[in-house]
Amino acid sequence: MSDETKPGLKSPLRRKLLMGMAALPAVSMLGRPAFADVPATSAVNTTGLAVTDSEVTVGILHSVTGTMAISETGSVEAEKLAIEQINAAGGVLGRKIKFIQEDGASDWPTFAEKAKKLLVNDKCAAVMGCWTSASRKAVLPVFEQYNGMLYYPTFYEGLEQSKNVIYTGQEATQQIIAGLDWVNKTKGAKSFYLLGSDYIWPRTSNKIARKHIENHLQGCKVVGEEYFPLGSTQFNSVINKIKLTKPDVIYAIIVGGSNVAFYKQLKAAGIDLSKQTLLTISVTEDEIDGIGGENIAGAYACMKYFQSLDNPNNKAFVPAFKKMWGEKTVIGDVTQAAYLGPWLWKLTVEKAQSFDIDKIAAASPGVEFKGAPEGYVRIHENHHLWSKTRVGRAKADGQYELIYETADLVEPDPFPKGYQ
Amino acid sequence: MFGDYSISDLGAILAMQGFAGLILFSVYVLMALGLAIIFGQMGVINMAHGEFMILGAYVTWMTSNAVQHVAPWLFPGYFFIAMILAFIASGALGMLVEWALIRHLYKRPLDTLLATWGLSLILQQAYRSIFGAREVGVELPEWMMGSWQATDSIQIPINGMFVMALTILITIAVAYVLFWSSWGKQVRAVVQNRVMAGAVGINTEKVDRYTFGLGCGIAGIAGSAFTMIGSTGPTAGQLYIVDTFLVVVFGGAASLFGTIASAFSISQTQSTLEFFLSGSMAKVITLLTIVAILMVRPQGLFALKVRK
Repeated sequence: MSDETKPGLKSPLRRKLLMGMAALPAVSMLGRPAFADVPATSAVNTTGLAVTDSEVTVGILHSVTGTMAISETGSVEAEKLAIEQINAAGGVLGRKIKFIQEDGASDWPTFAEKAKKLLVNDKCAAVMGCWTSASRKAVLPVFEQYNGMLYYPTFYEGLEQSKNVIYTGQEATQQIIAGLDWVNKTKGAKSFYLLGSDYIWPRTSNKIARKHIENHLQGCKVVGEEYFPLGSTQFNSVINKIKLTKPDVIYAIIVGGSNVAFYKQLKAAGIDLSKQTLLTISVTEDEIDGIGGENIAGAYACMKYFQSLDNPNNKAFVPAFKKMWGEKTVIGDVTQAAYLGPWLWKLTVEKAQSFDIDKIAAASPGVEFKGAPEGYVRIHENHHLWSKTRVGRAKADGQYELIYETADLVEPDPFPKGYQ
Repeated sequence: MFGDYSISDLGAILAMQGFAGLILFSVYVLMALGLAIIFGQMGVINMAHGEFMILGAYVTWMTSNAVQHVAPWLFPGYFFIAMILAFIASGALGMLVEWALIRHLYKRPLDTLLATWGLSLILQQAYRSIFGAREVGVELPEWMMGSWQATDSIQIPINGMFVMALTILITIAVAYVLFWSSWGKQVRAVVQNRVMAGAVGINTEKVDRYTFGLGCGIAGIAGSAFTMIGSTGPTAGQLYIVDTFLVVVFGGAASLFGTIASAFSISQTQSTLEFFLSGSMAKVITLLTIVAILMVRPQGLFALKVRK
């Protein structure tokens, strides 16, 4: 392939003919475009990333050991599925994706170290990774210093924007405001009790929720706001306070093992979620697995994706995921967002016709992915995604039933004015 | 905060809050008992206590699945079988660990801390490899969920009462075994003077092994019971370990009564503060109080005089 080293692809016709003839028998078998141009490596990779004529290397950086393995396992699975599907469809600019997986081990310095390894030693063209904000904050300076590209899947508190990160989950205002408007309008909710685990995401989210309730919803008030240390397992006192204040809505952003304790104790205390409205933004299908569907049935969750979504993309995605990872696996919001990462990167690379980080960062805004299981998404100028916000109601079988979705895509606004 | 509420409302909340405190008390006693035996009687700082608890929780989960498949009619009562199995599993693992690891370290108490901490990491990763990284949901029989309607406005969680009953039962059993059985006399003899106990013909190694096994077994029962109120995952044991040590150290090592008294005072402080302040602040104030008291009284509330 000596002519591949020539920049600019001067005689595509001859090459196409030759390659096409050679690949002819394979076309019908594989059903993929063997005619696709494979642009020269020197043209698409000017900064020395790990890109060869036939392969491109990306990194996967999540915790598969330690506390966060609970949450991050789904993301790893989704990213591997996406990579496999992209490869089956011909790869990226004619190159197969090869991935190197590193374990952040639920430890933030380890995340930073492994990020550096993936960028400096392995020269990964992109990295899909991180889950908690703490791990993202730990790797951010690394990605900015060594000019890498991170696809970050989790819904998070916002207040961040970087050239080197694409945020495929929702930022806080996208997730919160539509849900509060919905519960106010359809349930006539006037009083809210805000609960959360004690760290940045629940606190920032509740701050936004409080501002919205007090300033934008007519006659609504917050009757309580409380935080619990991560890992708290006792909620009987706060449940009594909820019984005393009788809020229209319990707004819960509790995470991790505490979730299980909270919903079990809520049920045991005789609070019936079919009568008491509870809205959460932190319980996906993944968490329900541990909580037990019968303990949370009736609660509402507000996010952008539910496994039960009824659209053609999702109907292909769910079986493919289960085929790869087992019938019993469930797919939560973040898992779906993680699945978007490799696809968005592929589409961006193809738009930019280059693997160079700077070109990808510049080409990202406007990239749209029509095959997203959640429907249609588009990357915003600020590197977050335009996406719909949905409200689902938990059923005893551990799935959500879609109750409401916004008519239009919701604009991501990581630095919301009037909410800080 | 109370201006807008009627007297009967407040009365009901007060009653329920009282129960919340008692439930927290039983949870603390239950999780600390096993550790109190091991730490108090043997001087071993068992950092893997939480993992022994979670083993009990996983056993409960497996029993629940097995019963649902094999004998669904047994499901309403499976929990009792699960607790016995949890006791056996955790106790057996405990004795194995004592034999393989702990007995070589008796003369170096601080090394047991390191060794058992390593053990806790190994166990966590083992659970993760065997059962998966995700939490598992333990399905409970219907009668154990929900609440008992004492009056119109007072609801008492059934699982809370279950934990209370279980705690009382196990505390009595442990007290009986330690203070009235002949084996208990041997244990106490070994605690007070190991060399002398050996000299009068007590097999101190055997006593150690069974004591450690008993402590771990009780941790297993606690873990099994906590599937009702908490999560079951590879690292869920870590959620309990700090509170557990707090209760044991504050109560004074080597004193069963101290453990109970300390669990009572910590749980009451915690649940009252949680009601009037917020969750995080309650924890902070409780911890500060304990630290202050321990500075004045480093041996804890009740200390046993032991000849070293």
